[in-house]
Amino acid sequence: MPFIPHTEQDVRQMLSAIGVAAIDDLFDEIPSSLRTVDWSGLPDGLSEMAVTRLLQELAQQDGQPLCFIGAGAYDHHIPAAVWQIATRGEFYSAYTPYQAEASQGTLQLLYEYQSMMTALLAMDAANASLYDGASALAEAILMAVRANRKVRSKRILVPRTLHPAYRQVAQTIVSNQQIELVEVPFDLATGRTDQAALAALAEQDFAALVIPQPNFFGVLEEVDQLTDRAHASQRLAIGVVNPLAMAVLKPPGAWGTRGVDIAVGEGQPLGVPLSSGGPYFGFMSTRQALVRQMPGRIVGRTVDLAGNTGYSLTLQAREQHIRRSKATSNICTNQGLLVTAATIHMALLGGTGLAQVAAACHAHTQQLVTALTELDRVETLFPTPMFHECVLRLPADPGPILAALAEQDILGGFDLSTDYPELGHALLVCATEKHTSEDIDRYRQALLNHTRHQI
Amino acid sequence: MLIQEQSRPGRRAFAQAPNTTCDLSTIPTAFRRSQPAALPEVSELQAVRHYTRLSRKNFSIDTEFYPLGSCTMKYNPRACNSLAMLPGLLNRHPYAPDSHSQGYLRCLYELQAILRKVTGMQAVSLVPAAGAQGEFTGVAMIRAYHAARGDHARCEIIVPNAAHGTNPATAVMCGYKVREIPTLADGDVDLTALQQALGPQTAGIMLTNPSTLGVFERKIQEIARLVHTAGGLLYYDGANLNAILGKARPGDMGFDVIHMNLHKTFSTPHGGGGPGAGPVGVSARLQPYLPVPMVTQTADKRYTWQTDCPQSIGKLHAFAGNAGVLLRAYIYARLLGREGMQRVAEYATLNANYLAIKLREAGFEPAYPMRRATHEFILTLKKQATTHKVSAMDFAKRLLDYGVHAPTTYFPLLVPECFLIEPTETEDKDTLDTFVAAMIAVQKEVETEPERVRTAPHTLPVKRLDDVRAAREPDLRWRPASNTDG
Repeated sequence: MPFIPHTEQDVRQMLSAIGVAAIDDLFDEIPSSLRTVDWSGLPDGLSEMAVTRLLQELAQQDGQPLCFIGAGAYDHHIPAAVWQIATRGEFYSAYTPYQAEASQGTLQLLYEYQSMMTALLAMDAANASLYDGASALAEAILMAVRANRKVRSKRILVPRTLHPAYRQVAQTIVSNQQIELVEVPFDLATGRTDQAALAALAEQDFAALVIPQPNFFGVLEEVDQLTDRAHASQRLAIGVVNPLAMAVLKPPGAWGTRGVDIAVGEGQPLGVPLSSGGPYFGFMSTRQALVRQMPGRIVGRTVDLAGNTGYSLTLQAREQHIRRSKATSNICTNQGLLVTAATIHMALLGGTGLAQVAAACHAHTQQLVTALTELDRVETLFPTPMFHECVLRLPADPGPILAALAEQDILGGFDLSTDYPELGHALLVCATEKHTSEDIDRYRQALLNHTRHQI
Repeated sequence: MLIQEQSRPGRRAFAQAPNTTCDLSTIPTAFRRSQPAALPEVSELQAVRHYTRLSRKNFSIDTEFYPLGSCTMKYNPRACNSLAMLPGLLNRHPYAPDSHSQGYLRCLYELQAILRKVTGMQAVSLVPAAGAQGEFTGVAMIRAYHAARGDHARCEIIVPNAAHGTNPATAVMCGYKVREIPTLADGDVDLTALQQALGPQTAGIMLTNPSTLGVFERKIQEIARLVHTAGGLLYYDGANLNAILGKARPGDMGFDVIHMNLHKTFSTPHGGGGPGAGPVGVSARLQPYLPVPMVTQTADKRYTWQTDCPQSIGKLHAFAGNAGVLLRAYIYARLLGREGMQRVAEYATLNANYLAIKLREAGFEPAYPMRRATHEFILTLKKQATTHKVSAMDFAKRLLDYGVHAPTTYFPLLVPECFLIEPTETEDKDTLDTFVAAMIAVQKEVETEPERVRTAPHTLPVKRLDDVRAAREPDLRWRPASNTDG
């Protein structure tokens, strides 16, 4: 019996202690009409050996293509130590650290994580994670509506340059509370949020302005001006950032005169494998004044009975298990194991190491763009400073081109034509520190062959 | 010592960063950071040693018995982890085309089918990233259902007072008012109170079955009839699905929408607080509202994402949910198979009832002595609290000294000084007997040297922590001597 340790003798002794004849008698409080179920549609059990064979075949089927897609999930080198330690049973199979004295490992690690994230983002306080970048943004929007007492508005300004999936997720989550997301257009010439459009809205009430950096196109937004503009209109500023980019770019706590009020994002670039989009982790950080409005777990440093340092979950009066219907969010389980990996990852790379990774990603993306734009009628769309990702205009619909590249095991980028039809035949490409000159050349050659024959 | 305190300027894990110089000249200075972020500067060995040593300060399923009620802390099979981390699965980009996703999509497609079958629901979405997000999804679908029918008067969600805190918090996140109804002394929902609460304003009811009191809701079919007659829908909180897995199904009980916690019932790791996965299952009438994307199979037997769902409540996750957790659950389900799945509730219930009887024989007081335990049960330690001034929390902390993780304390809130105990099916009889012995030993201490229990734990990395100070003077991050932020 897989994972059931009972011997026949155990079962006999236990049933006799309970005073019933059979295990089935223990279910006598469930109406019998509910207990006649046909389970025949379920598959037979397999041994570990057989399941291993099956999964190896399935994994092999998906291959190991050469990938130039970014669009919110990035293929970075992860030190071997990261997941070897994160999957130690003591981290892997522990529960949320409610029993603080028996969870000092997880708690201290989370405190270190909060310290690293605040250093990276130049913010005052961070929580212990949310589900992913998109839901972290949704929580930031809910938090901004609660926290902005100067402008009691349920409207939020969201730029069109923000990841389309993030906008969709935020819409799903906040619309039930009658919060309205108002789209801010971008300048087609630069790929940046349109400051003139924002200026026209300066007198209207909005609880917050969302500011991505870099934006979905890889373009760098004018974050100082955007942050100051938000504050001038009594709006909170919510930064949505790639944490790896923050190793080299100005962190959200330093944007504009006062810095943003809430900074969130997707933690995946910090030691989490692509893994089909999850599990990743969302991070959230804020200013001191807003800490008690922040959702999710927060770890604090305290002392024990003997006066020695220890760590525990704190400010729990915000949370659902205490406040029930008055909680800041319904979140309980977050993404602890991913944060464990990210903390070890950041410790191994350090500020300088992360900056080197970011710089290498940037350099390789520029190499990629240079190589591809040598081809006839392939050009960059925005002449604006970018980081790590770039929009290219192709001579034809990206769909068939990407399909042809995929046949050669190259994933050529993210097709923007569905989400941004106004950009025409636009493709978002990305390179990371892992791509070599040979990889880039292979892409260029494949694209050249295809365009030569097809277009 | 914190990793930050071990930092020395210029020390590095040199093998880990690319060996390149940072040429960022194409990025104007105004956009750049002026100094590197103040992250730790340590060697690879220092980091490895530090985090390995931290791990040893944790209790975990792999190292201790963990009878944490409502959390289903069963063995997380190691194969589920290693196989989910096979390179083809681990390195797959979420936007990889179908041509490079057939293996992965097949796992998800089959997992959807398995979850449909074991819950008796019509359709399943794997997207929600945790139980609470599953709850949100379910209640948002209830809202969408009523809205689509033009039934806008339904503004209330009914929640029994024994429910998890997530239930009322979720209802509020979905824009509903919460109406709490009482529970009878025997643990069942108060049907009279339910009937009084039901009306044209009722959107639905959120129930956990077995309930958080560790007993099966015997009148569930009558509840379903009443709620449906009033025009409301039934939400099943899957927190306790392990108690009935392979024995009974929420779909047969009349529930319209359910969430499952794969990190409980399907043995994916709790990870020190996630990641979870909270797939939702629905009856036919809620199927059009499921979140996107779902996995489907085409006529030519290829797997693909189904995104054309005009009535869907929308997206909940940037990509398609916690894929790595879903893979682990799929692998677990294949290891168990039909026969194994049917044993889950059986042996979880056998273990809980055995433990309940043994503890009762030892003099502990069950909260619902007239009821059969399910996969978990509640003791009340109010006698110990009044006679010896030793709280359930004190008792719990002392158990840690005996090498046992404490049961859930102070939940559900209805039972004073309670222990919610869930042994799970993967524990052997000897472990259960050892736990009973530890409970008896602590009880003796309560009677003979209560101060020892009140000041426990005594053998862990720290003594009892000052939670009040942590909340009053929040210290939420380490601060460097000089601020070096950008």
